[in-house]
Amino acid sequence: MTSANPSATAANPGQEDCLRVLTRKDFQTPQEVRWCPGCGDYSILNQIHKLMPTLGIPREKIVFISGIGCASRFPYYVNTYGMHGIHGRAPAIATGVKCSNPELSVWVITGDGDGLSIGTNHLIHAMRRNVDLKILLFNNRIYGLTKGQYSPTSEFGKKTKSSPMGTIEQPIRPVQTALASEATFVARTIFADPAHLGKTIEAAARHTGAAFVEILQNCRVFNDDAFDVLTDRAARDETRILLEHGEPIRFGAGGRKAVVVRNMEPHVVDLDAEKIDERDLLVHNAQATSPGLAALLGALEPPEFPTALGIFRQVNRPTYNELLMNQVRDSVAGRGSGDLKKLLGSGTTWEVE
Amino acid sequence: MATALGNAKDKELIQVHNATVRFAGDSGDGMQLVGSQFADLASMVGNTIRTLPDYPSEIRAPAGSLGGVSGYQLNFGDYEITTPGDEPFVLVAMNPAALKVNLPELQSRGIVVVNEDEFTEANLRKAAYDSNPLEDGSLDDYRVIPVAMTTLNDEATRHTGLSKPQRERCKNFFALGIMLWLYDRPMQPVLEWLMKKFARTRDVMAANGASLRAGYNFADTAELFRVHYHVAQASLPKGRYRRITGNEAAALGLIAAASKAKRPLVYASYPITPASEILHELSRHKEFDVRTIQCEDEIAACCAAIGASFAGAIGCTGTSGPGLALKTEAIGLAVMTELPLVVIDVQRAGPSTGLPTKTEQADLLMAMYGRHGESPAIVLAASSPGDCFQMAFEAVRLATQFMTPVLLLSDSFLANSAEPMPIPDPDLLPDIEFRPTATPDNFAPYRRDPKTLARPWVVPGMPGMEHRIGGLEKEDVTGAVSYDAANHGKMVELRARKVAAAAETIPPAQVSGPESGEVLVVGWGSTYGAIAAAVGELQQRGLAVSHLHLRYLNPLPAKLAEIFGRFRSILVPENNLGHLRIILRSRFPQAFEPLAKVEGRPFLIREITAKIEEMLKP
Repeated sequence: MTSANPSATAANPGQEDCLRVLTRKDFQTPQEVRWCPGCGDYSILNQIHKLMPTLGIPREKIVFISGIGCASRFPYYVNTYGMHGIHGRAPAIATGVKCSNPELSVWVITGDGDGLSIGTNHLIHAMRRNVDLKILLFNNRIYGLTKGQYSPTSEFGKKTKSSPMGTIEQPIRPVQTALASEATFVARTIFADPAHLGKTIEAAARHTGAAFVEILQNCRVFNDDAFDVLTDRAARDETRILLEHGEPIRFGAGGRKAVVVRNMEPHVVDLDAEKIDERDLLVHNAQATSPGLAALLGALEPPEFPTALGIFRQVNRPTYNELLMNQVRDSVAGRGSGDLKKLLGSGTTWEVE
Repeated sequence: MATALGNAKDKELIQVHNATVRFAGDSGDGMQLVGSQFADLASMVGNTIRTLPDYPSEIRAPAGSLGGVSGYQLNFGDYEITTPGDEPFVLVAMNPAALKVNLPELQSRGIVVVNEDEFTEANLRKAAYDSNPLEDGSLDDYRVIPVAMTTLNDEATRHTGLSKPQRERCKNFFALGIMLWLYDRPMQPVLEWLMKKFARTRDVMAANGASLRAGYNFADTAELFRVHYHVAQASLPKGRYRRITGNEAAALGLIAAASKAKRPLVYASYPITPASEILHELSRHKEFDVRTIQCEDEIAACCAAIGASFAGAIGCTGTSGPGLALKTEAIGLAVMTELPLVVIDVQRAGPSTGLPTKTEQADLLMAMYGRHGESPAIVLAASSPGDCFQMAFEAVRLATQFMTPVLLLSDSFLANSAEPMPIPDPDLLPDIEFRPTATPDNFAPYRRDPKTLARPWVVPGMPGMEHRIGGLEKEDVTGAVSYDAANHGKMVELRARKVAAAAETIPPAQVSGPESGEVLVVGWGSTYGAIAAAVGELQQRGLAVSHLHLRYLNPLPAKLAEIFGRFRSILVPENNLGHLRIILRSRFPQAFEPLAKVEGRPFLIREITAKIEEMLKP
């Protein structure tokens, strides 16, 4: 369980960290941060540094695991335990960490290439198993570290170094992938809205189970302004929906626009222009058993639709690590703690006199 | 050599020193089951045994087809048996296909017990026989015992009330009954086993038991055999023994090592023939705080094991060749992060999918060198099924003591073959101790133990020593990311020296036989049994032949050069085209004569004796 018990940490006398309140500074490392100036990753790192001391988890019980890519340098910049792994495999490494010591708060930092191209398999399986991991996928829709090729989330037709005539691939949708994988927490946020970013990551941190957060993130060098439409202060009321559980799906100035579903298709309606009973508006239910509504909202994309931000789904299911340890406990309860002598002497045995 | 023991019950009982028998039938005929029952019986009466299951990769190939033949060979004796036997003396063939596939390996004048009921025109056609071998004289070189097993089994089990197809499935026990009589074995232990196994389905138990008795009595009363045989107890060292296969032994070795290290065992694996039984075995023993993860793929399995080690458990993974190829990048991560990791490779015939159920030793060079960059790892190889226990234990010891990946090579032959193993006393197994853990005052992620050069194993949860590791090159001592040229050179050297330093802690190479002489046979892995038997045979004939078996392949044990120098010539038999030979030639001045067999099957003893004899010729 990640929610640390403060009294338990006080049981480690002599450890300064346990006796004083941690601050953001405690989570910064001396390692020089090497992202490009203006990179969206700085904003995310900043929110993590801010969030960590508020979780009540001692620093030594937090682990950041990453793969390869710009985003994956992240663990070097957080003063907890961490491992910069190999390309795409962070969810698998993190699964091993969590099963080895379920007491740890385990975070996975990945990107759109790392998590949804080379490592899609592991991402999907970590989520369907509901391993208690916090997975932050930085989606800049481009390959940055290899200098500007299209990524699996690049929009169709995008011209990049490796697609001078435009891509001919349908992009993969992170939120849809997470929902299809039965993640128990699925959210989307954006680097340029620190308050929303911080709040969303915190909700993920407090969730028990596989928590997936897609963070839309700018790549200043290779895909600058990819999310301008969502960050522009003047326009953003019209281009994004901020999801709140139990609230109607509304957006626009004064919340005068809404999304309704007709024939299983979403439609944007103008509440001032059309005569619509407010009781007919779609109400967000993040706790729905079926991920259907969440999937519908997750697929809303510009230019026809605003982009939904917030928590799409948050449900409870036993975690993999919990079920695994239950089996260990049940085995010990049923057969007693392992007796090596008995085990080695089992099977077909005989005595040579 | 055979001695008449008298002829109780009219038939002569002849004493022999060993016997090799093979049960063969359709893959659904239960040959593995009765074969292992026979092996258990032989063990219990004090014979030494060695078995070789041989099954097709299809679970149920078409019934009666050549591709669907499943076999179980057993060699048992009154002396130290180390191989499943070169050629069976008795073949039990449950159908024409089983006869056709297995006959070429039978000794001439050997005994063939066939289920003649199955020699129908249709079945003969499926086995591509133009004429019935039971009638056309093609078996004249053998002693053929045709038995109407299907009919006799049917009659013997009719009273049980089971359906005809259910009863027909019992006929493997009829065959076993015949074999028990032929080798003068008691039926009681098998009947007891049946009672336990089918306690809940008593009618099935009764039918199998009836079939077993009927087979035994039929062999006794019908004039099938003029003689039967007795293999006396072997003079094994006193103590308690168990029958064990290589995969079982490897699993138990890991559990024992994790217990001795007082850490949880995390075994992450993706199912693959012939390694899956390790996963099965471990998943049954969670009371030892064994945590098994059946991963989504081979890469994930290796990564999960690395993550588990990072967090303080004994992280292990197991696979076969195709899986090892997929794990190589992750093993490189374990080399770089200097984390303990045990990778068991149960080799099978390749490349690619190859012969998935057949044995081979052709992953040695991949285990040694199959990673990018300068990526040294410890490489071990088990030499017998029971040795898989010792070497799995050693793998954990070395991985944790030196903070390095360890690759343990087994193979399909060792994995499935069974032998008696003296039951190890856990109290006599060494504790797996860790160096004093660092303290926050002196901790640096890459501050090495001066002797082993291992870095400290400081794991999440330990306060005041939070640190980051990863695949990027790290600065010596501090572990900070470093792109410095000189530092990289130094770290490459340190990692190599660390693995080399493990040689200080491994047992010295032991020559079996004279310390000098004409021919030294150097082997590794599962060839142990055939080489030991061949060399033993030649030594008895007074020839100056010795055997050295390598269980540690990287680093190699010390003083090999001196040993090699004391022999006129050196033979290296391998189930590959010369992997060990390449390694030895790169390090020692001697000439190494190869003997390659890459046919998916282990060496026969005589293949090795013949080669040695050839080398001994002036």
